[in-house]
Order: sequence, then C-alpha cells, then structure tokens
Amino acid sequence: MSTPPNPAAVQKGDELPPLRVHLTRTDLVRYAGASGDFNPIHWSDRVAGVAGLPGVIAHGMLTMAVAGRVVTDWIGDASLVRSYGTRFTRPVVVPDDDTGALVEFTGTVADVTGSDGVRVARIDVKALFEGKSVLGRATAEVVLPD
Amino acid sequence: MPDESFVGRSLPAAGPFQVGREKIREFAAAIGDTSPLSRDLDAARAAGHPDLVAPPTFSTTFTMPLIEAFLRDPDFGWDYTRMVHGDQRITFHRAIHGGDELFTTIHVDELRTRAGSHMLTLRCEVADAEGAPVATTSSLLVTQA
Repeated sequence: MSTPPNPAAVQKGDELPPLRVHLTRTDLVRYAGASGDFNPIHWSDRVAGVAGLPGVIAHGMLTMAVAGRVVTDWIGDASLVRSYGTRFTRPVVVPDDDTGALVEFTGTVADVTGSDGVRVARIDVKALFEGKSVLGRATAEVVLPD
Repeated sequence: MPDESFVGRSLPAAGPFQVGREKIREFAAAIGDTSPLSRDLDAARAAGHPDLVAPPTFSTTFTMPLIEAFLRDPDFGWDYTRMVHGDQRITFHRAIHGGDELFTTIHVDELRTRAGSHMLTLRCEVADAEGAPVATTSSLLVTQA
C-alpha cells in the first residue's frame, strides 16, 4: 500500500494501481467466518446447485471488499472513504481447486470536486472475472488529504 | 409472499455491537487488507486515530446477521434460500474504530415485485453509543417471486 505521492495533484483520469486476486474456497470459508455470512451457496456445491447456480460463488460482499482495497491501498487510510457502493451484476464462481477464481480489479479517478476546502475524488472501480464485469457502477468517494 | 405492511417500518435498534480489535484484524485478513491502520494499534494512533480503523465494508459483520434474522422471520415471508444480493451502498459519517459500541436500526425502505422477482431495499442506520451517526448502509436484496 502507498499514499498517493501528492494528493493535491490527483486529477480526473488518474489510474490506481490494479489488483489481481485469486479467490479460493479457503478465502470464502475465511470470509464467511469473519463476516458472519454463512449462506451455504458460498461453500456447498449441493446447495449452490439447488439454488440454480453453476457452483459455489463468492460472497458479493467479499468481491466488494477486495475491490475496495484498490481504493484503500492507494489512499492509505480507510477513514478517508466517504461512500462506497456497487451493484452485483454477475457471480464469481469459485472452483474447488488450488487456484481459485482470478478476479482483476482496476480503479480510475472519475472526478475530483472541491467544496469548503475539501477535495473529494470519485473513484470508479472495475472487477473482471473471466473477462466479464462482476461489479456494476462500483464507485467510492474519497477525501484527498491536504 | 413478503408482507408489504413492513414497508416504511423500522425495527427496534439492535446493539450494542462491540467492535473488537481482533474482529477488525480478522476481517482485514479475510479480505487481504494489509493496511497497518487495521492491524497495528501504534500505527493507527500515530496516524491520529483513536484505535484500529475498520476496512470500509466492515459494517457488514454486524448489519448482515441482523438482516438475515429479519429475512428468516416467517412473519415477513421472504425466501431466504433463493436470495441474491443485488446492490450495496455504504455512506460513512465517520470511520469505525476498535472499541466502538454501535447500534443498528433496520429500515424497510422499499419492496417491489417485477419480472418474477421480489426486490427489497433495507437501510441500516448505524449510530454510536451517544446516538451520533456512524454509517448508513443500503442493501438491495432479490428473491424469486
């Protein structure tokens, strides 16, 4: 992680350092325990199949959390995040193997606005799994430190 | 069929949820967050924070279990087994820190049925022990009609 070298110079169009993350079944089990979301579609192929899914899928909130790291790794302080939201447009199917599902995250400064001396950057985050977007309109607003 | 009379209502505030340092560390590890502010108390304090700083989506650790309990209540009539998460928004009024004691109030904002699906918007207002707002979360949850 690193704080942007010069927050005052952050401008629309800046690219954030990307992230490539392999989500494995172990990651899903660990996230289930940490988050308290034990919905079996995130660990049981049987239940996922009954629910009409192609297999066990990652928690949307896990994908959202990892996508958030693009922003927090860059800004270096989670307390600067003012808002964060996304739509879950497509499931991330996580196979029962040692490699897991590769999800690729990128972030772009979509806008920088200022009011009352506070500059706020709007970051658009993208998450690709098997070449397709799994998050829709993922956006975070971040206060740029002085 | 979900009970539409719940729309516009709020549930009694739940809490306090005590934000433990180890829970923040456990959650950070689970999402691969390596920020010292969520792991190292000295680093967090040196950066001006009262305690460890929770990652942005940490509030799910106490809001989602409350949402699940509501949705599994037969009185509401929601099919939890076929639910998917459609959309999630979080507005932060301040960061969540280790040691916080938080109270969550679920508001049933909207219920729509369209194209064979029930779409439910639940808002959680999270406040601290003094009643000051900490976070507002909004979840769109979808299940088959």
